[in-house]
Amino acid sequence: MSRSVAVLVASVAALAMVLSKFIVPMESAETTVAEWFNAAAAIAFVLGGASLLKMNLLAISARGPGWGYSAVTLLAFLATLGVGLLKVGVAPSVAYPGHRMSGSTDAEGGALWWLYEYAMSPITGTLFAMLAFYVASAAFRAFRAKNAAAMFLLGTAFIVLLGRTYAGVVVTSWIPADMPWVSWLRLENLSAVIMSVFTTAGTRAMIIGIAIGVAATGIKIMIGLDRSYLGAGSGGGNG
Amino acid sequence: MSQFQAGSPVDPAVARRAQRLWIAVLAVIAALLVVRAWVGTEVGSGPSAQVVHGYGMVYVEQKGAMHVQVPASAWAEAVAADPAQRQVTVSWPRTVGVWIAALMTLAVLSFLWRDNPVYKLAESVVVGVSAGYVMSTAVWSSLVDQVFGKLAPGLTKEWLSPGLTVTETDWWALVPLVLGMLLLCRLSAKLSWVGMFPLAFVVGVFSGWRFVQYVESDLLAQVATMFDPLYVPGPTAAATVGGTLCAVLVLVGVLSVLAYFFFSLEHKGPVGGAARVGIWYLMITFGASFGLTVMGRIALFAARCEFLFDDWLWLIDPAGKH
Amino acid sequence: MASHGGQPSFLERLDRMDRRWIFLAMFVAVAAPILWVGVTGKTFPEAPTPAVQGAFDAVDSLPPGARVLISMDFDPASAGELQPMATAIVRHCVLRGHRICAMTLWPAGGPMIDGTMQDVLGDRPDWKYGEQWVNLGYRAGFEGVMKQMNSRVALAYATDVRKTPLGDIPMMKGIEGIADFDLLVSVSAGYAGAKEWVQYSVSPTLTGPRPLRFVAGSTGVQTPQLIPYYPNQMAGILGAIKGAAEYEFLVNEAVRKADPNAVVPAKFQEAQRRMAPQLFGHVLMVALIVLGNVVFVGLRGREARA
Repeated sequence: MSRSVAVLVASVAALAMVLSKFIVPMESAETTVAEWFNAAAAIAFVLGGASLLKMNLLAISARGPGWGYSAVTLLAFLATLGVGLLKVGVAPSVAYPGHRMSGSTDAEGGALWWLYEYAMSPITGTLFAMLAFYVASAAFRAFRAKNAAAMFLLGTAFIVLLGRTYAGVVVTSWIPADMPWVSWLRLENLSAVIMSVFTTAGTRAMIIGIAIGVAATGIKIMIGLDRSYLGAGSGGGNG
Repeated sequence: MSQFQAGSPVDPAVARRAQRLWIAVLAVIAALLVVRAWVGTEVGSGPSAQVVHGYGMVYVEQKGAMHVQVPASAWAEAVAADPAQRQVTVSWPRTVGVWIAALMTLAVLSFLWRDNPVYKLAESVVVGVSAGYVMSTAVWSSLVDQVFGKLAPGLTKEWLSPGLTVTETDWWALVPLVLGMLLLCRLSAKLSWVGMFPLAFVVGVFSGWRFVQYVESDLLAQVATMFDPLYVPGPTAAATVGGTLCAVLVLVGVLSVLAYFFFSLEHKGPVGGAARVGIWYLMITFGASFGLTVMGRIALFAARCEFLFDDWLWLIDPAGKH
Repeated sequence: MASHGGQPSFLERLDRMDRRWIFLAMFVAVAAPILWVGVTGKTFPEAPTPAVQGAFDAVDSLPPGARVLISMDFDPASAGELQPMATAIVRHCVLRGHRICAMTLWPAGGPMIDGTMQDVLGDRPDWKYGEQWVNLGYRAGFEGVMKQMNSRVALAYATDVRKTPLGDIPMMKGIEGIADFDLLVSVSAGYAGAKEWVQYSVSPTLTGPRPLRFVAGSTGVQTPQLIPYYPNQMAGILGAIKGAAEYEFLVNEAVRKADPNAVVPAKFQEAQRRMAPQLFGHVLMVALIVLGNVVFVGLRGREARA
């Protein structure tokens, strides 16, 4: 029963959002729903934080291997949340200088800003930067020109890798730049052609295909055929 | 560097060698940092030039209630003008922050050697800080004004958000609050089923929006481009031939890739031929994507190197920060 | 498979090489050029591509005082690529006298806005907050925010980050919905970003009386996904750090054209400086792929002979 109600909620919501595009009086309903959606999205972040709290508390109480790291995570989370919610060190806004909570929570100079600037920013930046090393290692170990298709891929990769830097300019500098019938063979021009012709074509077709898939999935949700978002059965409810 | 094997944890000789190697590496790094401090950096120019024997330092200038970061040269000039000035000073919280950021950067990079407790510590810190940051930002930027402000405008305006424009209670704001409370029930094993209602609402709204916008923007608009003229006149014959050829190649490419993804027809005959052409286009697309991905990753690492060499070690100063 | 007397051959040793050697090579390929550029200040010349030129022209062609909405949809993880882009675009707008309304759809994007505006406007005390620029900050909801802004910006942002009601901000007078802006710019690292702006806010206006012009800056990973929207649904794209370097070059050239004696501050050549490690990093990648295939072909040939 509860699953049927949930499916009905999803169907009605989806249908209402589609109809609001075409029925002018429903446009205000759409913006109201958008407001609810945004608030729900913000509460989803609270859910994420609460879930992190729960998982790490469980790990600490279980005293399994590596529980110390869970303690560190928890400490970092609670400290950040505390200084963020209380706006520790945040100067009041110039518009309301007498109101302690008027400043922006992530304003420069505040405790939350300090944690962002000197803990979160460098670590996340470095985590993603490490991918440069892994892509280099993968390039050596995995990119094999085993067949013609792979050779096409690697050849294009070479053209783009060199053409998007000054190396491409140097390598094909002997090709005259003022002769349009051959200048397109210069690596920097060739990489631009690859992007504007072949990549455009390939990605455009993928976008069209994805759009058709999204439309099909949307219709399945609207008619209640797709229930995958409900998960596999649920305790406390039936149907 | 020899063929260094990670070694078996139960082999004491290998473990001892690894430990000695770590100590040696850390000692070398520490020695280099000490030498760097001893060498010093000249900040400022002309008569106001000063030699600073530290690095990774951040200077700030007081402007009203705020402190704004300024280059070390500004500090040197201020000190040269008035040795007793307190307007431009070293910001110890920010300086400690730079050092922590640098050590955390090295801690994460240490994973490239192998997994280790220092890396795990940095990882734990970032998970906690990120979650806390996102949650407090979401609360202040959205929930305070959009939910609490609408349900209790007077209290919210007085205590939390002085710029609140809402004056009367809007009881419709209870809807997202209730949805949110139901969503939070997912934390409980017994009540998690209640969370499927707000989830269904979000999925329904999302799919409705996406249905319309994907069809309008990604289907209709993209298909419309395929009806653009194939003949593209240009200022010269070469430009005309080039433009026209490119337009034809794009059309052929879109149709052939669509043929490749169309699995309801067997890929034989003309359809098979078109699908094979589509594969070439896709290989070129993926090759270009790979090249651009590499470009992105290297740019990210270059930014981290700049931080280490510029903001922390003061070895370079391309942007005139110190 | 070992060759003579069980000793691995050179190709086999290469095939089984510890990947930390490759890591070291990548580190040197990136770090050394950074130090070299940092000391010498030299950068490589850039030749703008049509997509970047289109983005530049879209900003440059607006009359002074035009209102530009810039959405900085990225966080520190992508700041290495996108921060120079954001700085270059904001600087271009300031040089042209456009009024800037900054916002972000990413929770960690707020300090990105503060840092960018501080970098560009730090030595411009004549630029008044509220009159020439405003920071709306972050709102949760991704596409929900876009939907609200399509009809009324004030629905999504009742106040700016300083808690000033939108109606009281001078430069926001006359702005009802997003289509009232003269240009929308999104510097985006992923979801929600440029693609969603095209889908939700730009495409619905294209068949109307006032199409919203749009320019995107994106990471290298996202650029291929945005290319099909150019030029019909967006006026230009800045793709990856190369796009940022080309745009910086165009802006600096415009400055030098207006005043041949002008000195471009080094902080506005950040992307061009980062093209040096790009060059060596890319050459290393090509070399590694070639070397890997040489090893592969060599070992496969040996197996065939055996």
